[in-house]
Amino acid sequence: MTFLARHRIILPVVSLAVLLAATFYMQPRAMSYFGLNLLFNLAVPIALATIAQMMIIMVNDIDLSLGAFVSLAACVTATFLNDAPMLGLLILLALILSYALLGAVIHALELPAIVVTLGMSFVWGGIALFILPSPGGAAPGWLRTLMTVKPPFAPMAVVAAVIIAAVTHLLIMRSGIGTVLRGVGGNARSVARAGWSVIRLKALAYGLAGLFGVLAGMALVGLATSADANIALRYTLLSIAGVILGGGEFTGGKVSPTGAVIGAFTLTLAASFLSFMRLSPDWQIGAQGAILILVLTARLIFRQKGSEA
Amino acid sequence: MNDHERAPLVSLTDAARYFGPVRALDGVTLSVAQGDCVGLVGHNGAGKSTLVNLVNGGLAPSSGTVGFATGGSALEAGVRSVFQELSLCPNLTVAENLRISHSALKGPNWRRPARAEIGQSLDTIFPGHGIDPNAEVDTLSIAERQMVEIAIGFAPRGSETRLVILDEPTSSLDAGIANQLLAHVSRFCASGGAVIFISHMLGEVFQVATRIVVLKDGKVVAERPVEDFTRQGLVDAMGHVTADTADATGTGRDFGTEVVRTDQGLTARKGEIVGLSGLAGHGQAAALARLYLSRSSAWRAGKAPEVVFVAGDRQRDGVLPLWSILRNISVSILPQGSRRGLVDREGEARVAQDWKTRIGIRTDDVANPILSLSGGNQQKVLFARALASSAPVVIMDDPMRGVDVGTKQDVYAMIRAEAARGRTFLWYSTETEEVCQCDRVFVFRNHEISAELTGSAITEEKILEASFEMQEAS
Repeated sequence: MTFLARHRIILPVVSLAVLLAATFYMQPRAMSYFGLNLLFNLAVPIALATIAQMMIIMVNDIDLSLGAFVSLAACVTATFLNDAPMLGLLILLALILSYALLGAVIHALELPAIVVTLGMSFVWGGIALFILPSPGGAAPGWLRTLMTVKPPFAPMAVVAAVIIAAVTHLLIMRSGIGTVLRGVGGNARSVARAGWSVIRLKALAYGLAGLFGVLAGMALVGLATSADANIALRYTLLSIAGVILGGGEFTGGKVSPTGAVIGAFTLTLAASFLSFMRLSPDWQIGAQGAILILVLTARLIFRQKGSEA
Repeated sequence: MNDHERAPLVSLTDAARYFGPVRALDGVTLSVAQGDCVGLVGHNGAGKSTLVNLVNGGLAPSSGTVGFATGGSALEAGVRSVFQELSLCPNLTVAENLRISHSALKGPNWRRPARAEIGQSLDTIFPGHGIDPNAEVDTLSIAERQMVEIAIGFAPRGSETRLVILDEPTSSLDAGIANQLLAHVSRFCASGGAVIFISHMLGEVFQVATRIVVLKDGKVVAERPVEDFTRQGLVDAMGHVTADTADATGTGRDFGTEVVRTDQGLTARKGEIVGLSGLAGHGQAAALARLYLSRSSAWRAGKAPEVVFVAGDRQRDGVLPLWSILRNISVSILPQGSRRGLVDREGEARVAQDWKTRIGIRTDDVANPILSLSGGNQQKVLFARALASSAPVVIMDDPMRGVDVGTKQDVYAMIRAEAARGRTFLWYSTETEEVCQCDRVFVFRNHEISAELTGSAITEEKILEASFEMQEAS
């Protein structure tokens, strides 16, 4: 039993380790403070976006607007937050609240989240274009400093990953409210019967997703120093893949924050790995898909073995 | 009777609840005091679940009042419910499930008290249960999940548990565990708690209840102390006359050729009703599932399937929850009824209508969603699905869970009629009464067949003997 419970996290860890070993084998110079940071710093916003997606998947929904939302948050960060910090902060706060509201509306009207979020992705995208019609803006100085900080021993990307994983693990896996939130994904009726307001819980889950989506946008601007309305569109699918790669399930409230962070890092590393292999960029997306299928197949085999035992 | 000396924990006065035109509960007056163990019986759709939902505060009455002794709400009054369909969160651990309904567990280290509380509750009710509080619920068997749910129901959860509502708590438990529960219910009531006990197993109700309330069509038709009821009188009050089961039926019949033989030694002949018995979880369901999978292809559904399966775990592998009753019935016969790959809508509707009347599904329109039916009626739909197909072998995995006495009699009759027409039934059941309907019974113990009984040898004593032999030997 203890092994069964643990091995959901073992597979993502092994996948990352294998890929990392292969990368180091092909490009030994990556095995340094500087190399690791270069490999992984763009994984930090992806990891935050993956956590955001995980919040939604945790309550049995899926968010197809995350990429557009992160782009919008990035645009706001690069313009308003830089020029008028108070106004920028208020706008970001409003974005988070609108996400929470979205969750409440989806639950109250029993709308399919996949449709609502798909529609919302155009809304977010439109607003982002409105704010920043052409690529530009600038990262606030403090954000730039934060994202390029050089902590001792381990590069920023690794430290950030550990912090993100630890905080979200405490929040989702260990805390009481996190447990109830996962319960919503497992059996919303039983949670409602125990006296909880499911609509509030869903709003909370979506609000947390909004929060991490905004953080992802800010982190991205801190690294890229400027923004663009389409800067993070591919995050939608990357974040879903990251959650699943990290041992999460689409339904049933089975998620793992640590796994999600590892999944995001694995996906980022896979892209670099394929570049090191000198694979033509035309093939890279296909090859990334192949890696994903490989990992999921391994997981399926693991699970079947587990249920036989 | 000292009812007058004790303040009622909950009292309903002329409480009614309507769902549109349906009067699910039609003016019920009932009070439950400390020390009461009220047995609530009635056939499917009599309003038991609605009554439970009024008492636990899940529904507000359409008219009349529901009053609690302490505080305004059911939660504050210490009313806890254990539901018929399993309502745990399968992705959480046992201890985490306790947290869902126990908001007083706070602080950074809430897990330890949670584990201790659920562990203690399990130990008290089911000594020797062997359930790890850290186990995720979906790794537990259905009986273990039910045990956890009951333990959460009785756990103090930061306040005092005063009234526990048990809705079909023993339907997935074997006799030994069920007896542990009944003993605990008696202890709990003796120490000043109260229980509303709903069960289709009348023996249990007689064993544990101090008072029996009979519901019929949303009304209380009888309410008396348990001593004033006889088994027959109770069944009569519920409105279904149980014909005394004629065990001998069919034993003299000739059966055809052998149609089923497995490595385990499980055999069945054409037209025979073969029972699988023994304690729950001793490999009966697995044996049936293996047999079914070996006889059906995963790749293509043939025009004439060899076997069909009636699932016992409705939620998990029976009902298609988003579909109508009609679609739920016809899904098994779509390949036969289709022409050039298109569904024959009229034929489909005809079959559904036919089975609705034959098996007595309580609905005005088969186009209604399946979830509008009560549990027992959903199960009837699953029977209809299986029997509507042309398959000569029908496999049933404890299909009568939560089905009322009257429906059971209807289904027994239908099974016997179908068997007489040459169909073979393999029937796993946790209830001895059902097993006694069979022509031949295999008793399972530790995933092996420990005895084969035929005809008049099928008795409760023989089955129990074969189920428990190991314990006597050691």
